[in-house]
Amino acid sequence: MLAAAIGCFAVAVLALAGDKSAAIKSSLNFYRPTGPLSGVTTVAIVIWLVVWVLLGWRWRRRTVAAGRVIVAALVLLGLGLLLTFPPIADVF
Amino acid sequence: MELTMRGLWTLVHGMGFGALYMLACSGAIVELTRFTTSRAMPATPGAERFLKVYLIAMVVLAWSAVLTGTYVVYPWYRAVPPPGTVDLAGFPQRLLLASAATSGWHSLGMEWKEHVAWFVPIAITMVAYVFIRYGRDLRNHRQLRAGVLGFTLVSFLAAGVAGFFGAMIDKVAPVQGGEIVHLSRGETK
Repeated sequence: MLAAAIGCFAVAVLALAGDKSAAIKSSLNFYRPTGPLSGVTTVAIVIWLVVWVLLGWRWRRRTVAAGRVIVAALVLLGLGLLLTFPPIADVF
Repeated sequence: MELTMRGLWTLVHGMGFGALYMLACSGAIVELTRFTTSRAMPATPGAERFLKVYLIAMVVLAWSAVLTGTYVVYPWYRAVPPPGTVDLAGFPQRLLLASAATSGWHSLGMEWKEHVAWFVPIAITMVAYVFIRYGRDLRNHRQLRAGVLGFTLVSFLAAGVAGFFGAMIDKVAPVQGGEIVHLSRGETK
């Protein structure tokens, strides 16, 4: 769940970064017809899957405080949602 | 009745995968809530298996919607017209940006839709994974259940935003072009 929230947050942060920096925008242009959106989503998916595997591996024999992890995931998801909203993204 | 190939793909993306996902998601919210909270409703193995298959179908719909949207329809939407082009009908993004009355559909609508839509497959894939792993035992994990329902609700909200702006943008500046697909022949009156 935390990995999914980080993946969603990464979509928002990468989109914002691409919007603010021409160099980042150009580096995210993985597939020219789709433009930077291809890089934003591909990198975010890779981040999500890598974090998922890493957390699954690190926490496989540990008891984690589920409550705190779930709250962190929902906060990240909410922040990600807000950051994708253009009027809020334009504040940065 | 006929429509263009690009129009057909837009239909498959929006009305096929997108709208079907939204319908399925509203059902999933109800079923997940009932299944994981209602003590009155017996969590039978059959009902659990059905919900697992249902969530997997939603995962397929969500990924199909964002992949066709991003890699099939979106390139047609953002196509750049050759210099000197006067008729922007085949270039929806440029058509919207050409007028102050319509530019918001791109700068707010499409800019929000193209990113927030990707929350949907990520969120619902996680929801399906957790439900397949925990099944009816989710009733005994209150916090995890709240998280799963929260992500399902956000996926519904994100799909709603994407669907609303997709439909509105396609009304103002439709993605059209390509081969003509004949669905049926009518009579002239």
